Amino acid sequence: MTATDTAVREGRRAGKGSKDSRVRRVARHRWLPYVLLAPAIIFELLVHVIPMLTGIGISFLKLNQFFLRRWLEAPFAGLSNYRYGVDFHGSIGMALLKSFGVTIAFTIVVVGFSWLLGMFAAVMLQRSFRGRALLRTLFLIPYALPVYAGVIVWKFMLSRDNGMVNHLLAQLHITDGHTFWLLGNNAFVSIVVVAVWRLWPFALLTLMAGMQSLPTDVYEAAAVDGAGMWQQFRKLTLPMLRGINQVLILVLFLWTFNDFNVPYTLFSSSIPPSADLISIHVYQSSFLTWNFGLGSAMSVLLLLFLLVVTGLYLLFTSRRSRRA
Amino acid sequence: MRESTSFKVIRVVGLAALTLFTVAPLYVMIVSGLKPLSDVQGAFSWIPSHVTVQPFVDIWRTIPLARYFSNSVIVSVSAAAFSVLIAIFASYAISRWDFRGRQLFRITVLSTQMFPGILFLLPLYLIFVNIGQTTGIALQGSRVGLIITYLTFSLPFSIWMLVGYFETIPRGLDEAARVDGAGPMRTLWSVVLPAAKPGIVAVGIYSFMTAWGETLFASVMTNDTSKTLAIGLREYSTQISVYWNQVMAASLVVSVPVVVGFLLLQRYLVQGLTAGAVK
Repeated sequence: MTATDTAVREGRRAGKGSKDSRVRRVARHRWLPYVLLAPAIIFELLVHVIPMLTGIGISFLKLNQFFLRRWLEAPFAGLSNYRYGVDFHGSIGMALLKSFGVTIAFTIVVVGFSWLLGMFAAVMLQRSFRGRALLRTLFLIPYALPVYAGVIVWKFMLSRDNGMVNHLLAQLHITDGHTFWLLGNNAFVSIVVVAVWRLWPFALLTLMAGMQSLPTDVYEAAAVDGAGMWQQFRKLTLPMLRGINQVLILVLFLWTFNDFNVPYTLFSSSIPPSADLISIHVYQSSFLTWNFGLGSAMSVLLLLFLLVVTGLYLLFTSRRSRRA
Repeated sequence: MRESTSFKVIRVVGLAALTLFTVAPLYVMIVSGLKPLSDVQGAFSWIPSHVTVQPFVDIWRTIPLARYFSNSVIVSVSAAAFSVLIAIFASYAISRWDFRGRQLFRITVLSTQMFPGILFLLPLYLIFVNIGQTTGIALQGSRVGLIITYLTFSLPFSIWMLVGYFETIPRGLDEAARVDGAGPMRTLWSVVLPAAKPGIVAVGIYSFMTAWGETLFASVMTNDTSKTLAIGLREYSTQISVYWNQVMAASLVVSVPVVVGFLLLQRYLVQGLTAGAVK
């Protein structure tokens, strides 16, 4: 077998014509892109798609610690997990609704401030002046820091007795310096400040990248026509950045809404109700009470909400940009 | 172009305020890491009573920081390397062969940002446990499991960015290589990759930073031997008293690799974003 095989192959190699080799190369090229894409698709399936579908399946199971090791045998629960989740008269549904409200408020404030600060700094850094490169680098550091390192510093700064924030406020005679920043309603203010501190550099980075590709001649023409800074920003910069802003605001929204790292690091295990963001709420519902069916049902509700919001957002913003 | 005085005033005041906001935590981190323990147990002080590097020595003894550090390095470097490699192949396929549904691809990439991590954390955990039980390959609690997980986190964005980058490389270069007899893989290696170096570097930094900073999956999918810095750093605070000076010193030490890398290569990152994201 090997002898004839080799002989045939030798023969082919010796006698291969130009036409034959071209055909073979085209054929090879046809499946090559799929081979190149395969690893990416396999890993995405393994880590994202299959677990997500499994998660949707689990949300219909009565899965608690008794069935954890043999979770495929957990009894079917129908829609009861969902019923608990949206029963706003029950304690579970009520807590979920509150956490959802907190998350919405948190997301709107954080995305708003992050975008405004990022836009402001990007415009201010658009023209060259002394120290611009230094500031640009400095502003990006909070985003470059690992989340847990940056946030743990804030945890120290916000601590009541040893923290820098209370010390500063007392020195400036704004408060008496004994505020609990990580408890009660103050916790919401704290987590917003920390999240903005970490997120706004990303808005800056993206907007700076976008502004680099804007043509400079239209600004010169506008200046000749007597347009002021504010008018140039409104009539030129903002419209030209519309595509970037569409994506940027969506990404900021999704990251902020799903934020887990900041509350997890800032508050450890005792999350104050005013900063009970939805990701950490679901996490604690699943991993502290070991009720995974309920946790999964909550996650699915979350995903549905995000799907609807994202869909509406893309529909609305795309239509507006087409009309413009 | 003339700038009005009011614009200059706004710029100076605004940028100064942003600088203070940005720098205050960095100042606290560095200064507190140089303080003796007694300084951080009382009221805050702007300047250490005396400067000491003792916290930077103690952090390695209070908790097994070196082990967490090496775990983080192994996991993040591997995840970044595999992620970049896989993204290069996928992006090459998408940019050089005719594929329908580019808009669909863009939406798919965005939608992976949408999934709440919490939704697939638990199923992934259960799947890893099951794979371990049936095949004996321990993914749950191991660094391999974490590497596989993290490499997929940065994959969509990396592919998105690299496709944009590859498309800026003139096709004429590909044609020239083909005339010289190079196959598609050789063209990728000798033509596309050298021209796309800034984009690849940017994607590499991004992947590394993503893995280095991840907390949610690390909190569930690691055990004592595979624990990464994200989880390990919490152990300074679970002691009876919090060694804040050590926490600050440790935060500084774990930030140095990513911040230095980021700052050295931020030019590439901005270039890469411009090529990939602006499209």
